[in-house]
Amino acid sequence: MGDLSTLARGRRQRREPSKIPYYIVLILLALFAIGPLVVLVFNSLKSNAEIGRNPLGPPLSPVFDNFPTAWSQGNFATTLVNSTILTTGTIVGVCIIAGTAAYAMARLDLPGTDAVLLYLFVASALPFQLFIVSLFFLWSTLQLTNTLFGLIVIYWAIFSPFATLLLRSYLVALPRGFEDAARVDGVSELQVLTRVVLPLSWPGFLTIALVSGLGAWNEFFFAITFIQDENLKPVTTSFLAFQSNFSRDWGLTSAASILIMLPVVVLFLGLQRRFINGITAGGLKG
Amino acid sequence: MTAWLFMLPLIVVNVLVILGPSVATIYFSFTDWSGIGSADWVGLQNYTEIVADADFWSALMHNLIWTAIFLTFPVGMGLLGAFLLSQITRFQMVFRVLYFIPYVIASVVNAALWQNILDPTRGIGSVLATVGIPYLDGVSFFGSERLALPAVAFVDNWHWWGFVVLLFLTALQSVDKELYEAAKMDGANRWQQFINVTIPGIRATLVFVVLMTIIGSLLVFDYIYIITQGGPAGASEVVGTLMYKEAFARFEAGYAAAMGLGLSFMSGLVILVFLYLRRREWEI
Repeated sequence: MGDLSTLARGRRQRREPSKIPYYIVLILLALFAIGPLVVLVFNSLKSNAEIGRNPLGPPLSPVFDNFPTAWSQGNFATTLVNSTILTTGTIVGVCIIAGTAAYAMARLDLPGTDAVLLYLFVASALPFQLFIVSLFFLWSTLQLTNTLFGLIVIYWAIFSPFATLLLRSYLVALPRGFEDAARVDGVSELQVLTRVVLPLSWPGFLTIALVSGLGAWNEFFFAITFIQDENLKPVTTSFLAFQSNFSRDWGLTSAASILIMLPVVVLFLGLQRRFINGITAGGLKG
Repeated sequence: MTAWLFMLPLIVVNVLVILGPSVATIYFSFTDWSGIGSADWVGLQNYTEIVADADFWSALMHNLIWTAIFLTFPVGMGLLGAFLLSQITRFQMVFRVLYFIPYVIASVVNAALWQNILDPTRGIGSVLATVGIPYLDGVSFFGSERLALPAVAFVDNWHWWGFVVLLFLTALQSVDKELYEAAKMDGANRWQQFINVTIPGIRATLVFVVLMTIIGSLLVFDYIYIITQGGPAGASEVVGTLMYKEAFARFEAGYAAAMGLGLSFMSGLVILVFLYLRRREWEI
């Protein structure tokens, strides 16, 4: 009794309150965030019969059949390729579009940079609902609906304003000495960009590649609107059809879910700091 | 000149996909148009029809409910999580990563995962029933007119709040530590420190998150379209999903254009209020 009260007094005197309640709440929040994903992994390893008896708990007799079945029934051999093409095409295009634009604003003294910056802010905030109807009409006219290329061009447009802003702020902070030295040697502006600026600014490019790549891989709204052909669908919209075909076969849908999220989660855990900094820098879509 | 040449790819893609179609939407909003073929000028007819459309008002009401939900739960959880994280050093990065994981997962996966957990007969309700808590057994969260909207909002919030934590955490870490020391000297408890030091210190981020939340709630589409398609019987319909149906299911593209323009106008108004407050020297 006496020990406890001196202990309490000692605490008050040090004015250093215990952090244990903080950790308890933080752990509860972490369970809220991760618990459902643990259930997803559990259920991907259960037969449909076991899910009936044991809906959310750990698998008592784990089976791995769900994965090959989901792979073939979900047409993943095709859709994963489609998603990879969309993501790669988006990353390459956004890096080129944002790279050249950011370079023009940060280094080539683009006249009217302030107006362009304002436009980019506005363009990255314009709601999809404002242009989706006319865009669909335009894409039909140009025969770009039901093509991966048509969807990639849309992703270029919606992801490049933010990528340009991010890359510009990165380039502005880079010292100019090396570029000036290269210009003295008489190389062209394009070569200055590819030979000098790119090797120095790769972390900025990696960030915009991650953010726009994640955006393209997970994107739903434009994918469901512009791609109806089953053989061209990315994993996201194809999964929606798969889910309604195997309604409430949670073992199978869980396995398919894991196939979709695994590449993203692995990449995220590997490059967490860059992902988090890039996305919280203002990539506020979605 | 070279500079504009370097800008060309960005400008071409932007005008083609965003600016051009946005301007065209203004024109189409004054027409009767199916989405293909010719559009007939009808003046303000689409707008007068929207004003008289009970479905539209019901959907807008759901947007407002959605806004109220998102201004409380994610903002509250975000503040709580960020405040606690700012007070610790050990494992801070682990918690940040764990909270952020749902945000990087595709909406279709998050939706399916919660459809599984909230399944009426093979989900949390039946598990709770086996341990003597029968109240949720058989409840169809997404199939009930009363529960569908808050249930979908819950799923979207689960994916979103971890992102809000990180925004607030960045802001909190830039609050001057000496202000907390001064508050402690004045005898402020943790709650008083939070109200008098933390909140003013992160006001700019707080206003930004509120703004993002309101605009995001006006434009919400993905989770509702994926989980309930606005149902049952319009119980979770929002303007975004209603407009989408008008355009791509009922082929009333002119009407949908007017609705999309109205929605954009409302989110523009929110931004104007934000700019006005900033001009009034709110330091946000």
